[in-house]
Amino acid sequence: MALDSKTSNEAIQFKVVGTRPLRPDGIDKVTGRARFGADISAPGMLTGLVLRSPHAHAKIKSIDVSAAEAMEGVHAVVTRRDFPSLEPGSGTGDVLDNCMAGEKVLYDGHAVAAVAASSTHIARKALRAIKVEYERLDHVTDVDEAIKPGAPVLHPGRANESVPEGSSPNIMARYEFGHGDIEAGLAQADRVLERSYKTEATHQGYIEPHACLAQMGPDGQADLWCCTQGHYMVRNTCAEILGLAQGQLRVTASEIGGGFGGKTTVFLEPVALMLAKKSARPVKMVMSRSEVLRATGPTASSSVDVRIGMTKEGIITGAFAELRYQGGAYPGSPVDMGSMSAFAPYDLEHVKTVGWDIVTNRPKQAAYRAPGAPMAAFAVESAIDELAKGFGLDPLEVRLKNAAREGTRASYGPTYPAIGLEATLRKAKDHPHWSAPLGPNQGRGVACGFWFNFGGDTCVSLNVTPDGTVTVSEGNPDIGGSRASMSMMAAEELGIPYEKVRTIVADTGSLGQNEVTDGSRVTFAVGLATIKAARAAKAEMCKRAAMVWGIDAEAVEWKDGAAHPAGPNAGTHPPMTLAEIAAIASNTGGPIAGHCEANPEGAGVSFATHMVDTEVDPETGAVKILRYTVFQDAGKAVHPAYVEGQFQGGATQGIGWALNEEYIYGEDGILQNAGFLDYRIPVASDLPMIDTVILEIPNPGHPYGVRGVGETSIVPPLAAIANAVSEAAGVRMTDLPMSPPKVLKSIQNS
Amino acid sequence: MRYLAPTTLEDAVHMLAEDPGDCRVLAGGTDLLVRLRSGHAEPDSILDIKRINALREITGEEGGWRIGAAVSGAEMREHEGLCADWPGVVEAASLIGSTQIQGRCTIAGNLCNASPAADSVPAMVAAGAVARIAGPNGTRDVAVEDVPQGPGKTCLEKDEFVASIFLPARPEKSGDAYLRFIPRTEMDIAVVGCAVSLTLSDDGTCTAARVSLGAVAPTVILVPEAAAALEGTKVDDGALEALANACTKAANPIADKRGTVEFRTHVAGVLARRAANIALTRAGG
Repeated sequence: MALDSKTSNEAIQFKVVGTRPLRPDGIDKVTGRARFGADISAPGMLTGLVLRSPHAHAKIKSIDVSAAEAMEGVHAVVTRRDFPSLEPGSGTGDVLDNCMAGEKVLYDGHAVAAVAASSTHIARKALRAIKVEYERLDHVTDVDEAIKPGAPVLHPGRANESVPEGSSPNIMARYEFGHGDIEAGLAQADRVLERSYKTEATHQGYIEPHACLAQMGPDGQADLWCCTQGHYMVRNTCAEILGLAQGQLRVTASEIGGGFGGKTTVFLEPVALMLAKKSARPVKMVMSRSEVLRATGPTASSSVDVRIGMTKEGIITGAFAELRYQGGAYPGSPVDMGSMSAFAPYDLEHVKTVGWDIVTNRPKQAAYRAPGAPMAAFAVESAIDELAKGFGLDPLEVRLKNAAREGTRASYGPTYPAIGLEATLRKAKDHPHWSAPLGPNQGRGVACGFWFNFGGDTCVSLNVTPDGTVTVSEGNPDIGGSRASMSMMAAEELGIPYEKVRTIVADTGSLGQNEVTDGSRVTFAVGLATIKAARAAKAEMCKRAAMVWGIDAEAVEWKDGAAHPAGPNAGTHPPMTLAEIAAIASNTGGPIAGHCEANPEGAGVSFATHMVDTEVDPETGAVKILRYTVFQDAGKAVHPAYVEGQFQGGATQGIGWALNEEYIYGEDGILQNAGFLDYRIPVASDLPMIDTVILEIPNPGHPYGVRGVGETSIVPPLAAIANAVSEAAGVRMTDLPMSPPKVLKSIQNS
Repeated sequence: MRYLAPTTLEDAVHMLAEDPGDCRVLAGGTDLLVRLRSGHAEPDSILDIKRINALREITGEEGGWRIGAAVSGAEMREHEGLCADWPGVVEAASLIGSTQIQGRCTIAGNLCNASPAADSVPAMVAAGAVARIAGPNGTRDVAVEDVPQGPGKTCLEKDEFVASIFLPARPEKSGDAYLRFIPRTEMDIAVVGCAVSLTLSDDGTCTAARVSLGAVAPTVILVPEAAAALEGTKVDDGALEALANACTKAANPIADKRGTVEFRTHVAGVLARRAANIALTRAGG
């Protein structure tokens, strides 16, 4: 058989890919029939609730659960003592300690105990009956304060070998990237700009709070239903924490109401399983919004110093950044990725970044859309903008002069294949937005952004039913419309209509290991595996047709949804369609399926340029977003409407991060705004329609040229908006969020 | 928990007075139900006043308007006479919550919730509104500015509730306006609120004014010095400057997650000037 093995999408005439069919989960979602985490129930189920620390930092001296246990309707109470001990300081050990505190509580909202009761009312009463004796310790929540001498120490002696002797004990790791000689590079500049920038922690802000239902039998078999970005990760992590065999724990992912990286770990799940084990009843747990904000992962807050040298022609001669990220109470802030991505858009001879991973008394950070990159881009893109404007140069032109291209050695190591940064910049320059007039108190900003993208373990099974429809089973929860995209790629490859394919998200018992839905990997990696699974099924169907025709399988080719004799020598058999082959499959060797197990390399990196107009009220500091355009390389847009949605969503979350979203801690280390009233995500009326321009520079690592698109779009907005606000307000803004009191103060001080 | 739903004012007064436990009055429920769900309130009984017809009506009285305690924000906005006479009060009430909340929330509830940041309260205070309070000893009328006593506290006795709000008759050439500052464009809580109500003479001189500020003190406040800055003037730039200064001076805010002292104090003056300009236009000035 002959298969199309072209790696460039320019040569492929797509029939399904690139169209905009309805999403298969759409009707269920708009009618309320879709089942999210909290919609799953079981007979006899109990309600599980968590008791959380009221202190930012304290030793747990004792926990008395006897009164709670004795209450009518209370079936189980668990504390850390109920869990097997894991190696302290291991990754999973930290996850467990975050789910249920051990010797210390490390932040406001840290879980210390949990109950399972026959009603929410009783569970609440039981929580109040648990007596915890704390010895309060000093706390620190600011990233710069945490590394000052004498700052309260969270984990003495936990720094890894990368941290120099004599560093603050709250520094957990140090990273360094780059090449060339920074000082030599800076010496060639006409101006060297030194600036410091800060960003606050922001939450992923998914609409659906964490929820799960757990049950565990005395035979050790357990089932868990939960909303997550990766149920295989949930299975593996919970199995390790509870000492279960992975194969005995089946995890089924519910529909998911947003994740943005925040559902790539566990919070409730091990606790629910332990409560289910102890009570021998199904236990359901659902977080309140306040719990979500206090105890699940926001992203890191950051403090970044940059030194960039530029000639008056706009050439960057040297670039250095030192990045300090606090990732909450445990090691693992995304400062490594911030340090790698900071200068990734530029072709630089002399470049260096140093990153410091710092712990503070805040919730353990979780991944948030391009983890670590937006803060780094905020600093770098603000500095480049300030330098360009200082020389009276066009900020887009300056970026074009320094832009990374095919063959550029990236600041973090690799040499780029074909990439799309330059294309986004050129498209931005030619767009009517760039030349539109601005009014008083208005400003325009641009910024670039980069994200790595990712492949990861992937397992897909494609089955042809006897009536000639096709089901695709994949193991990644559908966050951005991936069921539709997989169906489209399977339909494209098989040459059948989109409507003939249904894709489902299978449970952990049905497929091999699948990496979580992260790194913008699903359309790339699961798409690649779906295409390969379809190719395997096509090969099998060609074999079946060959059998019927009495010719060699190699003499059969697949086109337009049917097996054809490959040439005149193969005979004049009429084509056999997929449905015809499927109908007689039982007589030609049994069911027809294709599958693919892979860990694909070749996730193409992605770049974007954002352009935004803002207006600042000089009397109140209020900022209005007037116009916003996203230019991004998608490789190949499988479902363009979803690609546009990702562009718009990233921009919107960036607008929130830039203007009003922040974790506000009081002097007491308690989170002041654990609710959507005072944690201000943008509402619809805060936003203009966000325009999008999709560029398609094919990724050589994917059969259709696909690149991940989900994360890059949140990287440029912080800087683009800061550049626009700085122009509108007439003062450079270096501290996020640019909330009205802060903007007004900057205007008054300037 | 007991749910009580009387159909007459008399029954409501009686039930509230007789209830032995913690009984909360429910009008729109947009504050109370949130508290119940979050576990911040666990009353023994709830007294729903929405089935009392008299409390669901907006009626003309002595040239002004009496608004029943169970009238929703959406119903106020659909009342042409009320909108014509008191556009500032209606727009303030319309800012509460979202479209869905507007179908339920009431200005009486907004008053009784006693938040210093309540949107409709500064507008009512500027309008010179009077709350009619019902209790076992009959009814009493209290100026709206005297109802809140501190955050979450009112002058109501345990067995009393607000039955209606009265907005007085409007002289010719009068206008009112309410503005609030929020970091977003909607579904938010006032960082500063300011209401201005004024009346002009035929030659455009301000003959009467009332100015009220929200979210800059433990309660919504009436600012007589700010009103004095307008009265007797043509509401020109000088008068507006004096108004802004008086409001900034009267503001005594706290610093919290929603804004600094400095910010609130400054913005109180900015909003006062902007609200006065709108009120002036509405008055035909």
